[in-house]
Amino acid sequence: MTRRRDTRTGGTISRRAFLAGSAGGAALALAGCATGTDQLFSGGGSGTRITVAIVSNSQMEDAISLSYLFEQEHPGIHPDFVSLPENEARAKITADVSTQGGEFDVVMISNYETPMWSANGWLANLQPYINATPGYDAQDFLPQLRATLSHQGDLYSVPFYGESSFLMYRKDLMAKYGITMPDKPTWKQVDQIAETIHSKGLVGICMRGDPGWGENLAPMDTVINSYGGRWFDPQWQAQLTSSEVTHAVSDYVSLVQKYGEPGAPAAGFSECATLYSQGDAAMWYDATSAVSTIEDPASSKVAGKNGYAWAPTQDGRPSGWLYTWSLAIPKTCQHKQAAWDFISWMTSKSYIKTVGEKLGWSHVPPGSRFSSYQIPQYKKLSSVYGPLTLQSINATNSAHPCLQPVPYTGVQFLDIPEFQDLGTNVSEQFSAAIAGSQSVPSALSQAQKYAQAVGQTYRK
Amino acid sequence: MTAIAPPVAGAHRIRARSDERRRGWVRRAPLLPALVFTIIITQLPFLVTLYYSLESWSLVRPGSQHFVGFANYAQVFEDSQFRTTALNTVIMTVGTVLIAMVLGVLLALLLDRKFLGRGVVRTLLITPFLIMPVGAALLWKTTMFDPTFGIVNYIFRPFGIGKFDWVGSFPLGSVMIEMIWQWTPFMMLLVLAGLQSQPKDILEAASCDGARPFAIFRELTLPHLRRYIELGVVLGAIYVVNDFDAVYMMTQGGPGISSANLPFYIYQRAFLGFQVGQAAAMGVVVVVATIIVATFALRLIFTSFSGTEQAA
Amino acid sequence: MTSADVAVPAAQTAEPALYTGKRAKRRSNSLTWGIVGWVVGIIFFFPVLWMVLTSFKTEAEAYTNTPHIVFSPTLSQYKAVFSSGLWPYVANSAFATIVSTILVLVLATPCAFALSLRPVKKTRDVLFFFISTKMLPVVAAIIPIYIAARDLHLLDNIFTLVILYTAMNLPIAVWMMRSFFLEVPGELLEAAEMDGAPLRRTVVEVILPIVAPGLAATALICCIFSWNEFFFAVNITATQAATVPVFLVGFISSEGLYFAQLAAAATVATLPVVLAGWIAQRQLVRGLSFGAIK
Repeated sequence: MTRRRDTRTGGTISRRAFLAGSAGGAALALAGCATGTDQLFSGGGSGTRITVAIVSNSQMEDAISLSYLFEQEHPGIHPDFVSLPENEARAKITADVSTQGGEFDVVMISNYETPMWSANGWLANLQPYINATPGYDAQDFLPQLRATLSHQGDLYSVPFYGESSFLMYRKDLMAKYGITMPDKPTWKQVDQIAETIHSKGLVGICMRGDPGWGENLAPMDTVINSYGGRWFDPQWQAQLTSSEVTHAVSDYVSLVQKYGEPGAPAAGFSECATLYSQGDAAMWYDATSAVSTIEDPASSKVAGKNGYAWAPTQDGRPSGWLYTWSLAIPKTCQHKQAAWDFISWMTSKSYIKTVGEKLGWSHVPPGSRFSSYQIPQYKKLSSVYGPLTLQSINATNSAHPCLQPVPYTGVQFLDIPEFQDLGTNVSEQFSAAIAGSQSVPSALSQAQKYAQAVGQTYRK
Repeated sequence: MTAIAPPVAGAHRIRARSDERRRGWVRRAPLLPALVFTIIITQLPFLVTLYYSLESWSLVRPGSQHFVGFANYAQVFEDSQFRTTALNTVIMTVGTVLIAMVLGVLLALLLDRKFLGRGVVRTLLITPFLIMPVGAALLWKTTMFDPTFGIVNYIFRPFGIGKFDWVGSFPLGSVMIEMIWQWTPFMMLLVLAGLQSQPKDILEAASCDGARPFAIFRELTLPHLRRYIELGVVLGAIYVVNDFDAVYMMTQGGPGISSANLPFYIYQRAFLGFQVGQAAAMGVVVVVATIIVATFALRLIFTSFSGTEQAA
Repeated sequence: MTSADVAVPAAQTAEPALYTGKRAKRRSNSLTWGIVGWVVGIIFFFPVLWMVLTSFKTEAEAYTNTPHIVFSPTLSQYKAVFSSGLWPYVANSAFATIVSTILVLVLATPCAFALSLRPVKKTRDVLFFFISTKMLPVVAAIIPIYIAARDLHLLDNIFTLVILYTAMNLPIAVWMMRSFFLEVPGELLEAAEMDGAPLRRTVVEVILPIVAPGLAATALICCIFSWNEFFFAVNITATQAATVPVFLVGFISSEGLYFAQLAAAATVATLPVVLAGWIAQRQLVRGLSFGAIK
């Protein structure tokens, strides 16, 4: 008896809820139809649609927001953007290009992918397009970038921005505590300064600790290079347990552990940028492109208070890294001319002027063209860090990154396809060492095992 | 009880066998579209995975695809990271599901009482389950757990915890906290359903007989709740064991691989290492292990839920 | 049952004697439980509340060592979210969610019927098979799915997501629908058969009205899982078919300050499902408990 009554009352209430639920669903469906049909069934629209896959850094987001200007210039071409954080973007782009998926017409890659992918025949040669575009002036790109993006003398991708690494520091804090920052500091000097600052209750230095071959491994490799270490000898024997590498990694780990940022094992560029620009840290060793975050008064509390020094070194050689986000066209692209029209727009001299005028000169993508630094407004704005950015990039040598001979190229990475995987595994070991969950020697011996496994495939 | 097939009367036995077969197909027909669809979409890819697992194939090294037999499997069993992530998966699943269930039972008991604004409180409590997992993980990582700007450290500041790095120091624990937060409402709803289906008169009688509340809970309520708890554990485990979003968004498996679970690790092999063969072999090993565990887990829900009609 | 039947009158007769004292005690009890309930509810809800609060802040206010509870709210984060092309993602999510849910119901309902009211042989095995597909790790299948989608030219196509979401939710839906069918009194079906009504009419006119609330409950749960799905979305879509979770992840900037904008994006992304869940709470409970509660 009781049960039947329950059922009935339950039934009526449920029906009401059912109506409410379906009404909500219908509203959702209507919203979908009203706004989204053009997106859902957009394939047949007039003109050419190109799909652009890029990394969601602020300079790229700027390009998306200005892309309406491109469409005004090229009414027949409509770019659609996929913008994802670095790791996701890289995974998607690599999967697509390597399987010839054909999802993307323009991809943002770096000087890590370009040499390998152009050798594999996965990318379109851009040189004919460059030659046929008057006023593009590819010679204006920094020579180190051009070298690292070329295959057999032809450019296969063109730089959107370029970066090396340098040491950013707070001039006001250094003055306050009577510290003089050398123009070319050594790691020992950095350690001492960090100690002094740390004793005043601030974070001494921010350095990346989070895993990823493009994360903690980038600064770490510059330290290893500067200490005379290397990943492999010319016979592809792994060298990660050598005394040079051990020394370098121990110093990095102890510097971060003692005077670094809280949460270092998970802190990457973004966490360090936040901490430093909120005024909680005195030094930060990272990319030269970080200036667009820390010198932007809208988001940074330390704009205008910063000094810049060369990447810290151990053996006196310049030890900055070399990295560039560049744009390329996969071979599978069906609309190569349209894709090139977009790429040439986004990497042109006039784009840089447009960004400066529309969004402010601090938004200019740095380190790609000499001419950017000749624009009076940008020259003035970047007077503190601009020259050092160019000098740092020009001082890199990706063909011979280490003191001793090596069988690979690339400064803060090894230009082999296995490196994403190897580098990430190794960086996870370093991250764990920074977290204190394992010692540096045991991290290195594990890293050595990974490296040996990769080296083996090249020895045969 | 009424759901069982009606008994076939003796007279029907003379009917032609073909007729019987036809009727069998009529009975089966409504079932087939769903079954065929599921087989095609979920089983075919696994067969292909099985095939890939016998190949050495690096996506980023063109021309590297070749047959290697069981070499990938040998590597999987030698891989200490695979074992660690397998262990992490077990800890994560068991810990999350059990803690979420205990909290869920407590919350359900709370909501089973009448108080002012109970409906609103229930609404508040179910919300975590509805939040998009990707968003929830990001929010916990940033606004909650951030060592400098997160609110958790702000709350604990009076207790002398400074800029403590939760995600870095307790990566597995932090991910589990986020998942427990998301799954507790689910458990609570299930247990609440159980509590409300419990005949109130028995409880009243017991309390009038002078039984203490805890004794009532243990002797009457808990046995009644058993099948709801079992269902919650099995369903929760199905989703938590395959969780990718929380690990991916909060820790990327780090530091090291201390918070990586198997789905994330296999994903990394496939989309970072681009080692298709190796990733496929890992997938196959996990599938086999899952089938073994699932056989036991499914026994459990079958015994408790195969016939709702018996219990209602 | 018998003990309860006997016990009820006993309880009723006992009531008057204890009447006054019990009621006072109950009232104070309910106050205590009320306070506990509200405190616990607010603790659980707090992360969500904080997300919504953060979304109304400027980035500078979101990044303070001492969180600001009081601040002058700004809509600038929402403006940024809406101006960064949110609607196509919402449209894709809505399409994938609604179409896959309809497909699930169309496939699951007859299937559940054949596993309950007119059970086939080996019902148990079929049920076992369905639920076991839920336990298999999807990552193990993503590369074959990716390559198959590429070969069929279905990468970055919303219908690929529809198909995958249908397969993802179908097993749970079959189980749920089956439990609702089992509640249909068997006499009803027999009576309709005696009248000589064709099966289809019996199903449409007799059974479907009874299981309609269960259908709604199943639909709601499928919608929640589809709307929130991330793994397939991020791996096999690019621009044309990308859904809201992918949009949300695009807000993680690898550079600097983004808490407030992320919070705004997350609030917008979660709102539809949270509202649906709130409005249809009873359906949620009903679906999750496999029809054990009405």
